[in-house]
Amino acid sequence: MIPATFDYIRPASLDEACHVLRDAGDSGDDVKVLAGGQSLLPLLRLRLAYPSALVDLGRLPGLRGVEDRGDHVFIGALTTHDEVLRSPVVREHVPLVAMATATVADPAVRHRGTFGGSLAHADPAGDLPAVALALDCVFIARSAEGEREIPAAEFFTDYLETALRPGEVLIGVRAPKLGADWGFHYEKFTRTAQAWAIVGVAAAVRSEGGDIAEARIGLTNMGPTPLRAQVAEEALRGLGVAHGNGGGPAPGSAPGSAPDGARDPVRDACGQAAEGASPPSDLHARPDYRAHLARVLTYRAVRAASA
Amino acid sequence: MTEQLDAGLVGRQIAESDQLGDPKDGREVGRARRRKEDARLITGRTTWTDNIQLPGMLYVAFLRSPIAHARITRVDASAARARPGVVAALTGRDFADEQGSLPCAWPVSEDVVIPDHPPMASDEVRYVGEAVACVVATDRYKAVDALEAIEVDYEPLEAVLDMTEALAEGSPKVHEAGNQAFTWKFSGGDAEAAFRDAPVVIDRTYVQQRLIPTAMEPRAVVATTDGGSFTVYSATQIPHILRVMLALTTGIPEHRLRVIAPDVGGGFGSKLQVTAEEVLCLLLTRRLGKPVKWTESRSEGNLTVHHGRDQIQKISLAAERDGRIRGVRVDLLADMGAYLMLVTPGIPLLGAFMYNGIYKMDAYDFRCTGVFTTKMPTDAYRGAGRPEATFAIERTVDELAHELGMDPLEVRRRNWITHQEFPYATIAGLTYDSGNYEAATDRAMALLGYDKLRAEQADRRDRRDPVQLGIGVSTYTEMCGLAPSRVLGSLSYGAGGWEHAAVRVLPTGKVEVVTGSSAHGQGHETAWSQIAADALGVPFEDVSVLHGDTAIAPQGMDTYGSRSLVVGGIAVLRACEKVKAKAAELAAHLLEASPDDVEFSTGTFAVRGTSEGKTIQELALAAFAAHDLPEGFEPRLDAEVTFDPENFSFPHGTHLCAAEVDTETGMVRIRSYVAVDDVGHVVNPLIVEGQVHGGIAQGIAQALFEEAVYDSDGNLLTTTMADYLIPSAADLPDFVTDRTETPAASNPLGVKGVGEAGTIASTPAVVNAIVDALRPYGVNDVPMPCTPERVWRTLAGAAPPGSTAAGRGGAGESEGGER
Ligand SMILES: Cc1cc2nc3c(=O)[nH]c(=O)nc-3n(C[C@H](O)[C@H](O)[C@H](O)COP(=O)(O)OP(=O)(O)OC[C@H]3O[C@@H](n4cnc5c(N)ncnc54)[C@H](O)[C@@H]3O)c2cc1C
Repeated sequence: MIPATFDYIRPASLDEACHVLRDAGDSGDDVKVLAGGQSLLPLLRLRLAYPSALVDLGRLPGLRGVEDRGDHVFIGALTTHDEVLRSPVVREHVPLVAMATATVADPAVRHRGTFGGSLAHADPAGDLPAVALALDCVFIARSAEGEREIPAAEFFTDYLETALRPGEVLIGVRAPKLGADWGFHYEKFTRTAQAWAIVGVAAAVRSEGGDIAEARIGLTNMGPTPLRAQVAEEALRGLGVAHGNGGGPAPGSAPGSAPDGARDPVRDACGQAAEGASPPSDLHARPDYRAHLARVLTYRAVRAASA
Repeated sequence: MTEQLDAGLVGRQIAESDQLGDPKDGREVGRARRRKEDARLITGRTTWTDNIQLPGMLYVAFLRSPIAHARITRVDASAARARPGVVAALTGRDFADEQGSLPCAWPVSEDVVIPDHPPMASDEVRYVGEAVACVVATDRYKAVDALEAIEVDYEPLEAVLDMTEALAEGSPKVHEAGNQAFTWKFSGGDAEAAFRDAPVVIDRTYVQQRLIPTAMEPRAVVATTDGGSFTVYSATQIPHILRVMLALTTGIPEHRLRVIAPDVGGGFGSKLQVTAEEVLCLLLTRRLGKPVKWTESRSEGNLTVHHGRDQIQKISLAAERDGRIRGVRVDLLADMGAYLMLVTPGIPLLGAFMYNGIYKMDAYDFRCTGVFTTKMPTDAYRGAGRPEATFAIERTVDELAHELGMDPLEVRRRNWITHQEFPYATIAGLTYDSGNYEAATDRAMALLGYDKLRAEQADRRDRRDPVQLGIGVSTYTEMCGLAPSRVLGSLSYGAGGWEHAAVRVLPTGKVEVVTGSSAHGQGHETAWSQIAADALGVPFEDVSVLHGDTAIAPQGMDTYGSRSLVVGGIAVLRACEKVKAKAAELAAHLLEASPDDVEFSTGTFAVRGTSEGKTIQELALAAFAAHDLPEGFEPRLDAEVTFDPENFSFPHGTHLCAAEVDTETGMVRIRSYVAVDDVGHVVNPLIVEGQVHGGIAQGIAQALFEEAVYDSDGNLLTTTMADYLIPSAADLPDFVTDRTETPAASNPLGVKGVGEAGTIASTPAVVNAIVDALRPYGVNDVPMPCTPERVWRTLAGAAPPGSTAAGRGGAGESEGGER
């Protein structure tokens, strides 16, 4: 639980940070950006990572805070989970972010851990990547060469890997405001209260006259990256949500059928939530169980989001 | 349903009695005193072992085997010695001549095999985490960094992980002598006869998973020397036993060895041990002449704190059709891990006398085989043997009820010892001195709203609600207050079960109580003060309790097995009584009365029928001045007592758990939990409440959350708290607690001990509730911990009555293999 030695650099400005990162990249050093440290420091302490230096963004001005920018909300990368939760702008315009953030860890971690750090770390078990994916957020990256935008669908490239290039810092995320006809829900399944998701489902559903007009479903911990449950999204389009009764399979009946034996089309559609996923296996769940959970939780999330 | 439960009832009563300064008669015993040690412990104004800083201190880090079983062919620590700040880098060979073998104090049987257990391995490693080298450096960081420079070559040997396979012919061996550590048998009555033609026989196999005791304070050791004598500070439960054992292991004479357990942050049995690190730190300070410190990390602790449970229990119960139990047979496999540590082989035997539970029966047969595997050794963990026994019998009695179509409480009523029958000699040879199972059960049923919940259960079943409800029962008893020395002797245990206390009334009338109990979170300073305050008639605030340092409390048997109050507390009471007798003698002398005419009441010794008297404070000063003492009276008001109990004590109670099971996800949610415990008279209700809460939490944790998992190569997978799940308050329901008070007949305070009761009782209550919820699905067991995945797989694999398993998702427990 003691990290190997590393250098510690605290740049005074974002520009300086970008230059430090570029120079380090040029000289082949393994330099890591430090935000809240809630994912990076455990890796260091378990000696699973041996960076030569940490560049601490923690006190940089301008990267922290939430802004209402008309058609979208801008969340600065260094905004802590706790600040996100307390933001009325987030709660009003991107409630799915608030719902998921509320399930992240415990108050102590939420006071240090950052929104941007969660996304840049790209842990598929983290709650926010699936949300960013479901909301089609846009990621803003900055380097010594300038700024660029990365759509959420292109951001998460592999396990703990993103489209951020060496020397690039994530400075913030644009979360589009969705209209009043959208409903949201984040359904997280854990064994203990303050834990990483075994599976999580982020659902955004647009309803039109009691039917699902559009569903966007982000899956947490169902593969090496966060995923969209595209097959289920397609299958849900146009289904009525009024009929389902929320019940589960009765003793002796097939999974997916409602207690009274009647088929519920929404449940059937959600039964495809795990299509294309490659869920991991660990002590808390093997892949087939995760796939099962994804189906059940997607149904619950979609129903809650369209209620 | 939950809202009608009076969750706050007991808590409120406690708060009130504390505020009002009750009890009516002005007595301290029975009063809900806030713990006097807590301000110091909670605010950190205390000395944990890791806080100790000594001049010139060096820091130790251990290199540990990454392989479960291997021959060590080479260890080269020379590169580590060249690292900055490194003072020494040593291997098993360097300690070979002085390290001895870690002790096992419980050679349970004639056939027991006690393998050599070097604190640092030099030839062979037998579990992942076994120490193979160490670095001593000027700070902890340098020590850990330098570990990476040590080279070790291993020649892998086959891991031995499964107990049944380990006993099979041709299995790879953990030790030369084979994998069987011991066999042990015990029986009462004629089991053959009880099972012959029995109308009902229930056969079950239960697995007590391996658990990792998780004390809040990690282990830590500081060792120092002045050249001639040695002091070891350790986060231990057993400073006295440790002193003896360190002396025997290292050859350092006992009188030149002092052991101090500073404030210790929990143990649950895990600090009832003589550890490799304690021995090695002592040897290092001797070798280097400097103080050394080692503090484990949590991951290091998960690997190398001794583990608990890990038994496979085969239990058979024979009964009549009316539910009357004829007999019980138990056949245990108990995983010892790689070595026998301090009391490793004795743990299953502490349960050997408890598989009959609270029930009358004609016959009982118990056998146990201890098995070596290439895993961390097991040893005492909260309840030690009794949780396993209680689980097996309470689960099996529920199975009997189901088999007979009876209510689980009704089956129990037909079999339990009624309150008129005490003292009761059980089929397992114990004498239960007192108890009232009926009273505790009636109270628990009322508090839970048992009948109403049964009605709701029926309704949910009818409605085929995806969330099903189950009610689990556990009517437990346990034996604690370890223990009459002669009984321990008859079980081949290496020491006695007495406890020591000394009481000193100081010249100013203040009192010091010196106890051999070694509190590590239990609140002895408060409870012992209450006992002494009543016995001597002094204010509670005037009592200090000294413990945990062999130079201050020179004798003791320490704290484990719910023994402190029933043995150590009684020793304190007896010592106070001796002091009182001395004080009475002095008072009579000073008052020029016959000792027979002197009466004691609330701190004053008075001549009967007069207002003339002397307070204990006055007498203390008079004894100190020694100007005018009775003939032959030593000028001190103090006394010592070593108390050996005559019997165990037998707390009991009824725990009821209502659990909701989400049949879609397998998630279990405990909806309400009622515990009515009978721990006899209560010295401090607040402390009892705390012990019950913590105990229940730990028992629920075994039922739902905790499991040490080794992979097929023998690597521990649960090395962090993300993998080894400990419930927090957020994961537990409000506990509704209450008590009945049937005093123990075996001691003058009528107390029974409460340290383990909650843990012993709660695990089967929870699993019984889960199984009860899932009965309509044809489920009759769920392996522990009952994780959502396990519940789901059990459901998917079960064949509900009137249907086939086909088409149910095909996710049976067999598919994909158990992890
Ligand atoms: C006990 C515990 C429980 C947790 N439980 C949960 C949970 O339930 N759900 C959940 O989602 N998360 C959980 N977390 C993680 C938490 O959300 C972290 O805040 C988050 O993963 C990382 O944010 P951070 O600011 O701490 O990043 P850091 O740890 O500082 O950095 C993480 C990684 O991202 C990189 N990085 C950080 N910021 C930037 C940036 N602006 N630009 C480029 N790269 C960057 C770093 O270089 C590093 O590689 C938990 C953490 C802990 C300690």
